[in-house]
Amino acid sequence: MGPGGQPAIERTGRRPKQRRILPGFGLSLGYTLTYLSLIVLIPLVATFGRLWDIGARRFFEIITGPQVVAAFKVSLSSSLVAGFINVVFGLLVAWVLVRYRFPGRRLVDAMVDLPFALPTAVAGIALTQIYAPHGWLGEPLSGAPIRVPLTHFEFSLPIHLQTAYSWLGITIALTFVGLPFVVRTVQPVLEDFDAQYEQAAWSLGATPWQTFRRVTLPEILPALLTGFALAFARGFGEFGSVVFISGNLPFKTEIVPLTIYKKLEQSDYAGAVVIAAAMLIISFALLLMINILQRWASSYREV
Amino acid sequence: MAYTVQRLPAAAPTVANRVRAASGRLPGNGFPWGAFALTTMALLFLGVFLLLPLVAVFSEAFRKGFSYYLQALQDADTRSAIRLTLLAAGMAVPLNLVFGLAASWAVAKFDFPGKSLLITLIDLPFAVSPVVSGLIYVLLFGAQSWFGMWYAGWLVEHAHSTNPVVAWLVAHPVKILFAVPGIVLATIFVTFPFIARELIPLMQAQGSDEEQAAVSLGANGWQTFWRVTLPNVRWGLLYGVVLCNARAMGEFGAVSVVSGHIRGQTNTLPLHISILYEEDTVAAFSVASMLALLALVTLALKTALEWRFNRQLAEGAA
Repeated sequence: MGPGGQPAIERTGRRPKQRRILPGFGLSLGYTLTYLSLIVLIPLVATFGRLWDIGARRFFEIITGPQVVAAFKVSLSSSLVAGFINVVFGLLVAWVLVRYRFPGRRLVDAMVDLPFALPTAVAGIALTQIYAPHGWLGEPLSGAPIRVPLTHFEFSLPIHLQTAYSWLGITIALTFVGLPFVVRTVQPVLEDFDAQYEQAAWSLGATPWQTFRRVTLPEILPALLTGFALAFARGFGEFGSVVFISGNLPFKTEIVPLTIYKKLEQSDYAGAVVIAAAMLIISFALLLMINILQRWASSYREV
Repeated sequence: MAYTVQRLPAAAPTVANRVRAASGRLPGNGFPWGAFALTTMALLFLGVFLLLPLVAVFSEAFRKGFSYYLQALQDADTRSAIRLTLLAAGMAVPLNLVFGLAASWAVAKFDFPGKSLLITLIDLPFAVSPVVSGLIYVLLFGAQSWFGMWYAGWLVEHAHSTNPVVAWLVAHPVKILFAVPGIVLATIFVTFPFIARELIPLMQAQGSDEEQAAVSLGANGWQTFWRVTLPNVRWGLLYGVVLCNARAMGEFGAVSVVSGHIRGQTNTLPLHISILYEEDTVAAFSVASMLALLALVTLALKTALEWRFNRQLAEGAA
């Protein structure tokens, strides 16, 4: 359903078979286009219009500024890693939910959507509290001694990780917000996929790894990629859940949306517009890619 | 990957195994260790990443006891934040609801060129970062914008107008940014696609046979819409409303940019939480627990609707 999609179908569908039978075409389409233009299109086009006054040279000056480049690196790398974590664990969760039956499965299934329902600011402060230096997980992860309850036995993890206020904290927050995407794109494909193909493969002598790689994986690959792209896109733009845990150190833990936010606070509108335009271009490219992936996935399933 | 090793042992394809495979049961000897290990891993991951934050919200909220919790909720600034959040969601959800109905009627019942482009454009706000969603309205209505400068000039120009209408308009200047209208606009933008994207595929799947029957029996457009279309999509509509409302009440980034953070005036609940978090974490988590509760109610409603909704769709297909 991307831009310019399937012109052949549309052209044949345009034959006035049922077009004039139902009323309200002009009203509903007119209202849709007006509302869409007022709320979405005009503000977005006006934002890009501002680039005209800024000019190409100033654009490149701003976008290659060291703090901006550093923010893009932080945002892209953390959302990329969070996307990969979600590919692995999202596939695992989808697999377990579809293939196995265990008590509380439906509850777990419903809970997967929590990151969609929980306001980002709430998730942000909760994660910060957990991973802060003295938080539930922040303290043991930093290598501090852990006492086993009701005993005098103490041990510490052989790691010294600073989770909150670091790149790792950002990645954890982005893993949280992106968690449902891979699960929800892979789950329906696995549900439709008949386990008989896998059983046929191993009964013909394939090893489990071969079965997974050559039978299961090709089937779910488009969905897996779509889920990854959705999680990545969401993570790249995410703000609320990250600002609390990131610590917001320029050059180190400052994400791109925060750079825009800071520029606005300093009334540096040109800076904000340029970075926002770059973000929008990346987001729209991702949206286009996701559309293409989804069409690939659906054509794959019909074969 | 390691887990398939457990699930599909490289046993000889004996007749017994094949029978078990055909009956849909997994081969193996006794306790399904592979399934157990994978399920444990998945649940551990979800426990750390989903359950722990939720538990943290409530345990922090009640850390200083129940009376402190109630006190935080009864604070005047908290109440004003609740009112503003309800107002923003109360404006954004109905407006996006009307839009969703209009858009899905146009897309599902008629054919026109550029339809798939329109569907993509409706989804556009989902691809925009929350901060950028706020920024676009700052650029449109801010003091440095074309509109802002024109409006400031207009106010100065008509400062001494004798026309009573103009004088009233000058005496009551409209503030969009750093005020309630901006917050409502930003909320509408970020929740824009929710209802439309639920209704469009649903109406497309249902087709327009029933509507055509109603019209050919003499019903007019509105009657057809109210008595045929709306009842047919009611669960999908409710589903969209629930999701739209959750996002509208929880939006942080976009609203943060346009609000100006004026305590007791332009702070929604999420903004209020972020300010409280700097001063009094327990109070911040107390307020946050309300939104966490809203999230749980949203999930429960969503799940209940999915069960209902799937049955309705299955009946429609049968």
